[in-house]
Amino acid sequence: MDSDEQKVDLIVVGAGLAGLSCAYEAARSGLSVLLLERGDHPGAKNVSGGRIYIEPVRDLMPAKFWQDAPLERPVTSESLVLMGPSSSVTLVFSSESMRADPPSSYTILRSRFDRWFGEQVEASGAFVVPQAVATGLLRDGDRIAGVRAGEEDLEADVVVAADGALSFLAREAGLAPGLAPAGHALGIKEVIALDPGRIEDRLALAPGQGAARLFLGDLTRSMVGGGFLYSNRDSISLGLVVSLEDLGGRPDDADGSHALLDAFKERPEIRPLVEGGETVEYSAHLIPELPVGGLPSRVTDNLLVVGDAAGLVIYHGITVRGMDLAMASGVLAARACVKAREAGDFSASALSKYDRMLAESFVMRDVERHAAAPGFLARRRLYETYPREICDLLEDLFRVGPDGKERLYPAAWKRVRRTFLSMEGLKDLWAARKL
Amino acid sequence: MKTLSVDQKLALDAIKPQDEPHIRLDPGKCRACKARPCLQACPAHLYTLSPETGEVTFEHAGCLECGTCLALCPEDLDWSYPAGGFGVQYRHG
Repeated sequence: MDSDEQKVDLIVVGAGLAGLSCAYEAARSGLSVLLLERGDHPGAKNVSGGRIYIEPVRDLMPAKFWQDAPLERPVTSESLVLMGPSSSVTLVFSSESMRADPPSSYTILRSRFDRWFGEQVEASGAFVVPQAVATGLLRDGDRIAGVRAGEEDLEADVVVAADGALSFLAREAGLAPGLAPAGHALGIKEVIALDPGRIEDRLALAPGQGAARLFLGDLTRSMVGGGFLYSNRDSISLGLVVSLEDLGGRPDDADGSHALLDAFKERPEIRPLVEGGETVEYSAHLIPELPVGGLPSRVTDNLLVVGDAAGLVIYHGITVRGMDLAMASGVLAARACVKAREAGDFSASALSKYDRMLAESFVMRDVERHAAAPGFLARRRLYETYPREICDLLEDLFRVGPDGKERLYPAAWKRVRRTFLSMEGLKDLWAARKL
Repeated sequence: MKTLSVDQKLALDAIKPQDEPHIRLDPGKCRACKARPCLQACPAHLYTLSPETGEVTFEHAGCLECGTCLALCPEDLDWSYPAGGFGVQYRHG
């Protein structure tokens, strides 16, 4: 067959949120699009914590998209739990604005959501090819001319690397550095089936509403990271995220990463919430932790990099935000491809419209506004000292022992002076000014 | 709720194992490796050290394809995704 007949405008590699959004936007704009997914269906290889923030990307999708999307529960209750070895402090926040309609953020299960999104992408005219692994870039001389999928050569004017945190394609194209521990965090999670009534009772939720609970402190055993609990419709997502660099540097006799999750699940802050539930899935996924803003360049001739593959994630406190950034980067990449096709020019300079649109969007604005967060969050005392000390301070406040109770002020002052007003504490505080 | 072993957890996942391993260890490199971060870090606990032979072995069938071992391995680990249609297929994700 003549190769021109098979050639498409766009091959998108990877049906995660970036790839799906890119294929959707491009197909709706009239481009011929092939979306390759290595799993049995879009979502089959995808994992998030997960909670998605809708506001930044609401207008990038048709209104009906969000009405129909199989999201889990709108988040109406936020908690932060600081954990000492045998105590904890929980801060619960909720507000009218969180109960506003339409809700601004939802819990999400990616296999369910992405599979549905894949159906919308197909309905928009793109070809979604499951069980297809892109094994490398196809080249015509030096030029990127498509991708290789095993024995098959697939040709396209532009390749969009939406192949996730490990992005083999971005590396093959020379845009991403080699994989290194410092560049990633590991997320591991259990999905625990529980009936909706119990979820709502245990988390004090109105019917249909959802909770997001974050955990910091003893659970990560001094490693940079934290835990999360999200309520889905009929399950709870319970997991943790730890720095890969810290995990790799642990001594031989340390518990494995999976044992951290088991110990977390046994904590009295968690156990009653999931009691009687049934674990239905165990998952693990890497999260990119590249220097701020991700890859220094996301564009080369005939190729664009989007989403996690481009390192587009933002660390806000202990939450990692990436799904809305992935969607936006996918849509903007598609728009750049539409312009490139109109001009018949697929060079890096033509495709760099993607970079410019990204720079003008909330994506890079937020990346820059939160540029100081990763440096601050690498401060180990946030994980091994402060949560424990705050718990101990409250123990001083609340506990009455057999000998009665110490005066509050001297005990509290001693602790505050030692922990927070020490040289290290003040340095941490000084570093926090850039947040 | 009872604590499940990693193997029991992996048994809950829909995994379509490929005959051929998609990750291959080089016994010489693993023997010489001092760090062996794979042993602790793999969330599926698929890397084990044989107490008799001192060899690191890898069981590919339960792999969650996260890439932790690839990122942490101080050597050049021979790592690729399983072929299309194989490996873990998340039903929740």
